[in-house]
Amino acid sequence: MEQKKQTYQPRTLETNLPFSWKRLFFQWEWMLLLILVAVLLLGSYVSPYFLNYPSLRDGTMVFLDKALIVFPMAMIMIMRDIDISVGSTVALSSVVMATLYTSAGLPMEVAIIACLATGAICGLINGLLIVKFKELSAVIVTLGTMILYRGIAYIILEDQAAGGFPEWFGFFGWGYVFGIPFLLIVFAVLAVVFGIVLHKTTFGRKVFAIGNNPTASRFSGIKVDKVKVIVFMLAGLLAAVTAIFLTSRMGSTRPNIATMYELDIIAMAALGGVSTAGGKGRVLGVVIAVFIIGYLQYGLGLINLPSQMFLIIVGALLILSVAIPKLGGMIKRK
Amino acid sequence: MKIKTENLEMEKKNPLALFYQFRELGLFFFIVILCIGVQLRNPSFLTGENILDMATNTSILVILALGMMIVLITRGIDLSIGAVIALSGMLTAQLVAANPSVNPFLCLLIGTVIGALCGMVIGVLVAKVGLLPIIATLALMNIFRGLTFLVSDGEWVSSYQMSESFVEIATGTFLGLNHLIWIAVLFCLVFFYFLNYTRTGRQIYAVGSNPQSAAVSGIKQGRILFLVYTIMGGLSGLCGVLWVSKFASAQGDTASGYELTVIAACILGGVSIAGGSGKLAGVLLGAILLGILNNALPLLNVSPFWQNGIQGFIILLAVIVNAVVKRRVERTHLLRRAG
Repeated sequence: MEQKKQTYQPRTLETNLPFSWKRLFFQWEWMLLLILVAVLLLGSYVSPYFLNYPSLRDGTMVFLDKALIVFPMAMIMIMRDIDISVGSTVALSSVVMATLYTSAGLPMEVAIIACLATGAICGLINGLLIVKFKELSAVIVTLGTMILYRGIAYIILEDQAAGGFPEWFGFFGWGYVFGIPFLLIVFAVLAVVFGIVLHKTTFGRKVFAIGNNPTASRFSGIKVDKVKVIVFMLAGLLAAVTAIFLTSRMGSTRPNIATMYELDIIAMAALGGVSTAGGKGRVLGVVIAVFIIGYLQYGLGLINLPSQMFLIIVGALLILSVAIPKLGGMIKRK
Repeated sequence: MKIKTENLEMEKKNPLALFYQFRELGLFFFIVILCIGVQLRNPSFLTGENILDMATNTSILVILALGMMIVLITRGIDLSIGAVIALSGMLTAQLVAANPSVNPFLCLLIGTVIGALCGMVIGVLVAKVGLLPIIATLALMNIFRGLTFLVSDGEWVSSYQMSESFVEIATGTFLGLNHLIWIAVLFCLVFFYFLNYTRTGRQIYAVGSNPQSAAVSGIKQGRILFLVYTIMGGLSGLCGVLWVSKFASAQGDTASGYELTVIAACILGGVSIAGGSGKLAGVLLGAILLGILNNALPLLNVSPFWQNGIQGFIILLAVIVNAVVKRRVERTHLLRRAG
């Protein structure tokens, strides 16, 4: 009898629960914070150049560009979807920007706007296809567009590189504002904005509701399709922003940049506590996870470990972060 | 029951429904038209030599597509196969480089076992731990790829390090046909029997089309999932050996991104990503279509840089057309029932 009661208990949104000390301390975010501290200590142990303010500050420039996409990706995963085309979107918008500037001779400002527009259109196409053809699932749609977008990037630039941007463009990748990297400021602003949107606005509530029960949310008057299209467009737009920062840091672009970005981004979101089954996740956890994976990558680079080690570690972290809650559930059931 | 009623309605000769039922036929006609078009532009396309060449180049894709089909039928996906190909190919190539006298059959066996072990890891994560296939295989793709780089230390195993008998695996011929073609044909026959005439084969479809009722009817879902990913891994391991033998080089980034081509072949062949449906004939035609495209585009003087874009476009087009046709068919069914 008791068991039956439990199975029918509706899932409550986390913010609806009454306050309790126990829950305050038993949160995924504390766990993440511990891992982050461990990563930092490990970093300082293996390299004397790791744990100081300038090093940690400049290290963020290495990994924060892709981390910008993690916020919309978290929203997409909360809605039980996935977007594996973001890496290709980064490449395509970067290539469009570079080609418009170098070959078409347009001013850089126009090229940047075109880059943002390209990203948004890519996201819009993803969103529309997913909403119009529900039987296809986001996996297959974004798999197709992943090949298509990178294919278009190859058609535009073939195997060439394009670069030679004006000097001020380097500011995105290398610039500081009040001694803080510009990229870090953008990341912080985006984190706050997305945190507010996701946790404090009706739009965020709709995202969680869709993830918890898409059918019920449609019947309660949420325009599910509209919300989905907007979120996928956001993912495309931020992929374009990433393209700007990445291109600026590298000084030139090729059609094969940002390959496998989607994996790092999905890993960041999953490690940050965004449930792959939908309906769960918080921006704070995602932010900590970004720094865990980022500083791990940065530290491994400092001690000259082969970058392939990083592939293995990200893969293992991704599996662990999604497996631990499941294993916990399995033990509890026994 | 549902399938039966649908078949009855199909008999009433709705052209769209017929098209949907014989989608393989549609795909076949598309391939024929494509071939005629290419032949008109470049007469060297449909020569015996070129056809054999195409068949040889498509064989590995066919073998992998068979495995991917059963994964997709169970509502799963496997993104790690490119990395498994690289890992098993690299390990086997290193073995051959170290002692060239190894029997080629032993190489094939070792590669298959390595791949099957990789597949078992995925199987445990998906079936026992309950991870989403896309997340688990995405993560393992990275791990296997990283392992490949680690065991090879970033170095290649090139053709001069390989024994003749090893390269012979994928370049030798039997009765005038390349070994690869024979292997692919063998696997097609085995899979045809396995999927249509064995209990396990039917259970794979049952798990994919309705997991709950499959569980109620006593099918051990976990075991089926585990089996499916192990088969996929074993096939990828085997193809790793074939791949390395065919191209006579093993690299860290061998077959990188090849999983997308394999999935594309399945989807073109009408395998539904939502699980439960997919026919061997369709997958075979899908793989052949991609093989023909890869061969025909250079013959038509299309720049190699267009291939990716064309492939992506065709995949999207195929899944969308498929979805639209299916909707129309279902709507006419509903209308008929109402009237």
